[in-house]
Amino acid sequence: MKKLWGALLGIIALCCVLALGDYLMNCQSNGSSGKTLTVYNWGDYIDPALIKKFERQTGYHVDYETFDSNESMLTKIRQGGTNYDVVVPSEYTVQRMKKEHLLAPLNHRKLSNLHYIDPQFLNKDFDPGNKYSVPYFWGTLGIIYNDQKISGQDVQHWEQLWNSRLKNNLLLIDSARDVFAMSLITQGNSVNTTSYAKLKQAQRHLQALTPNVKAIIADEMKMYMEQDEAAVGVTYSGDAREMMSINHHLHYVVPSEGSNIWFDNMVIPKSAKNKQGAYQFINFMLQPENAAKNAEYVEYATPNRAAKKLLPRSVTADQQFYPPESTMKHLQTYKDLPRRVLGEYNDLFLEFKMFKK
Amino acid sequence: MKQKVAWGKIYLGLVFIILYAPILYLMIFSFSSGKTMERYHGFSFQHYVDLFADSRMITIVINTVLVAVLASLVATIIGTLGALAIKETHGSWRNSLLSLNNVLMVSPDVIIGASFLIFFTVLGIRLGFISVLLSHIAFSIPIVVLMVLPKINELSPTLVDAAYDLGATRWQALSRVVLPAISPGIMAGYFMALTYSLDDFAVTFFVTGNGFSTLSVEIYSRARQGVNLEINALSTLMFLVSLALVIGYYFVSKHAGRRQRIVAVKEGDAQ
Amino acid sequence: MRQKAMFIVPYALWIVLFVIAPLALIFYQSFFDINSHFTLANYRDYLTSATYLKMTLNSVWYAALITLVTLVISYPTAYVLTQLQNRQFWLLIVILPTWINLLLKTYAFIGLFSRTGSINHFLQFVGLGSHQLLFTDASFMFVAAYIEIPFMVLPIFNALIEIKPSLLNASRDLGATSWQTFRRIILPLSMPGVKAGIQAVFIPSLSLFMITRLIGGNRVITLGTAIEEHFLTTQNWGMGSTIGVVLILAMFIVMFITGDTREKGGRH
Repeated sequence: MKKLWGALLGIIALCCVLALGDYLMNCQSNGSSGKTLTVYNWGDYIDPALIKKFERQTGYHVDYETFDSNESMLTKIRQGGTNYDVVVPSEYTVQRMKKEHLLAPLNHRKLSNLHYIDPQFLNKDFDPGNKYSVPYFWGTLGIIYNDQKISGQDVQHWEQLWNSRLKNNLLLIDSARDVFAMSLITQGNSVNTTSYAKLKQAQRHLQALTPNVKAIIADEMKMYMEQDEAAVGVTYSGDAREMMSINHHLHYVVPSEGSNIWFDNMVIPKSAKNKQGAYQFINFMLQPENAAKNAEYVEYATPNRAAKKLLPRSVTADQQFYPPESTMKHLQTYKDLPRRVLGEYNDLFLEFKMFKK
Repeated sequence: MKQKVAWGKIYLGLVFIILYAPILYLMIFSFSSGKTMERYHGFSFQHYVDLFADSRMITIVINTVLVAVLASLVATIIGTLGALAIKETHGSWRNSLLSLNNVLMVSPDVIIGASFLIFFTVLGIRLGFISVLLSHIAFSIPIVVLMVLPKINELSPTLVDAAYDLGATRWQALSRVVLPAISPGIMAGYFMALTYSLDDFAVTFFVTGNGFSTLSVEIYSRARQGVNLEINALSTLMFLVSLALVIGYYFVSKHAGRRQRIVAVKEGDAQ
Repeated sequence: MRQKAMFIVPYALWIVLFVIAPLALIFYQSFFDINSHFTLANYRDYLTSATYLKMTLNSVWYAALITLVTLVISYPTAYVLTQLQNRQFWLLIVILPTWINLLLKTYAFIGLFSRTGSINHFLQFVGLGSHQLLFTDASFMFVAAYIEIPFMVLPIFNALIEIKPSLLNASRDLGATSWQTFRRIILPLSMPGVKAGIQAVFIPSLSLFMITRLIGGNRVITLGTAIEEHFLTTQNWGMGSTIGVVLILAMFIVMFITGDTREKGGRH
């Protein structure tokens, strides 16, 4: 019994110490005006120095919260209970949020830096006239390969992935839309098709790919490709960039016949409490020197034309990440499909995953 | 006989090697000057320097440990009381109680997280420290019950009856007889609850908000950009601190145990 | 009597608020389709779809294997631990690794198991050549068991240290071999611990999801994976809840089986 009491006292004492530490840390960072701005973004997706700079400039305290997928973020925004001022969803989620009336329309007069964005990234299908969103970073879906295991010539196009030379050497990203996109493109169909027949056809084509598929994984593909576990992977340009900075034998290709182009965008939810601050934050991030600094930290492609000029040429001339015009015009964004169709994508994908060779 | 013990120790050694291999791997890379856990790039303290400069991360660590320690404590108390209550029931009542107890263990975290989120927003509880604490208490209780219950079952009823016969009140019987006998189970329950709490991502993700975050949420949401070695450095430190605490606790309790015995011997002498 | 009631209040409150309420919610949701219409289609789809049935069998099979592997590793571990002098200390050393974030540990396993990783270096060094370790059933099971070991060791350990040494001495004095002592005395008396361990390992293993992808490369699909997908990707909470209900039913069955034998075991 004495032991139990001792443990109890020890735990309570530890709690007090921790609570005190928490309090001190809060005092330290809450020192300024006391008004907070809550930013909801992917983890490690902003240069922390920029948050400090923004806090200094405006006197706001920034609460930076993180999420790990668009869908889980959406669930939280929908359910309420907490208020976010600026959120960074991908384009198909912007569309969904718009449909569900979760977003506040943007007042462009308050975004004086919007003109720095390259016009080719504005007014896209998912948000005509950028009424609700401002692009943050963009990228593509493509093929990453290891030049020690396969020659670049063999992986320029989606169809080449079906070649039996790649037997058990291909990693796929664990996402129904992306895997179906590559199959749909090889068959000349839109990545946004809603026709069940076309989807079924794409799935049959995918099943022919199973002997080559080594695994279907997500973010951990980075580790696998870096460690030479497979010759080829299908992944996003952002991840590819990370892998290539570690393993110099890796290269990235965006097939010229077409692929997906994605955008992460800054939006203001309707439930935002500090809209004033949200506008200030978006405008701050659009400032060329800030956008450039952020792009250097995150290493994704920036849609900010003025910021791109500030980046080293070795980065911006890299066609792997800033593809040439001829490829750019074949890239398609995902549209938010009706939930019934999305369900079909996912059920067919699940069947594909369970399909044994 | 001696040989058997030696084989046992070899086996245990192997188990320890397996248990600690990934942790050692993490620790080694926290001293690498590279950016990720791939190839070792030469010794450096850089990630530790980064860590101490990162006040956001330090706040998160404090939050995480505070929630874990406190939630496990409350869960242990409620769970132990619950186990005592279950012991009093019989037959099908007992089976259904036990099944209800285990519902949260079998439900995948996403379901628990989503339903807790709905629950808290319906009740109008502000998402943040309180909602995270409540959820952690909630999902840690079943494991405490599972750890304590076998101990209570082993407790012979005659012992408790004897205490009552000797005129003990209910509280006395509990604190002098029952609790000491089941204390290993309680301790085990507490440590398992800590484990659950420190490791939980999905439930915490759904019920957190208003700037409150825990380490797991932060680590998982960094996966897209690649978890950097600052996290390894942090884990190394946390691990070493817990190890030091465990060793320290062990020596203190051993020392205290010896002193008690000495006191007991002296009292015996006096008589 | 009033005192006794006080006892149960917090636990009962917990059951009502955090178990029955979510349970009711899940059950309720399982009757709605994606357009929020009342329907029984989720159950019909589940029961008639070959994909889901296969997945269910897969989950049960892998959970059973994982539990078995964990038990085989953990029982001797717990036993040897009880023979040591500072056993409580060593027990804590077994639990300690669980306090490190699971995702990080899994990443470390990827590093250890990969083609250029430490294990393969070692295999090459002893002349066994390099092997494909990741994305195999063996590595998946190994990592799953790794995660579960402490949850199995602890209850077994607790049951073992309760066994009175006098019983063992008596058995030996009566001429029993150590195998007989183990089979007739130690094993039956540690059964409650083994059962608690199985409950703590088998039930959560049914809904494993993260390592099925990270280590298993999505070659093993469990019910947990499907629920994850329905709740997050498809946002079809109705179907996700239906699978949740199935899992909970499975748990009731497991509890019923182990619960029944437990009372018999207690009477020995």
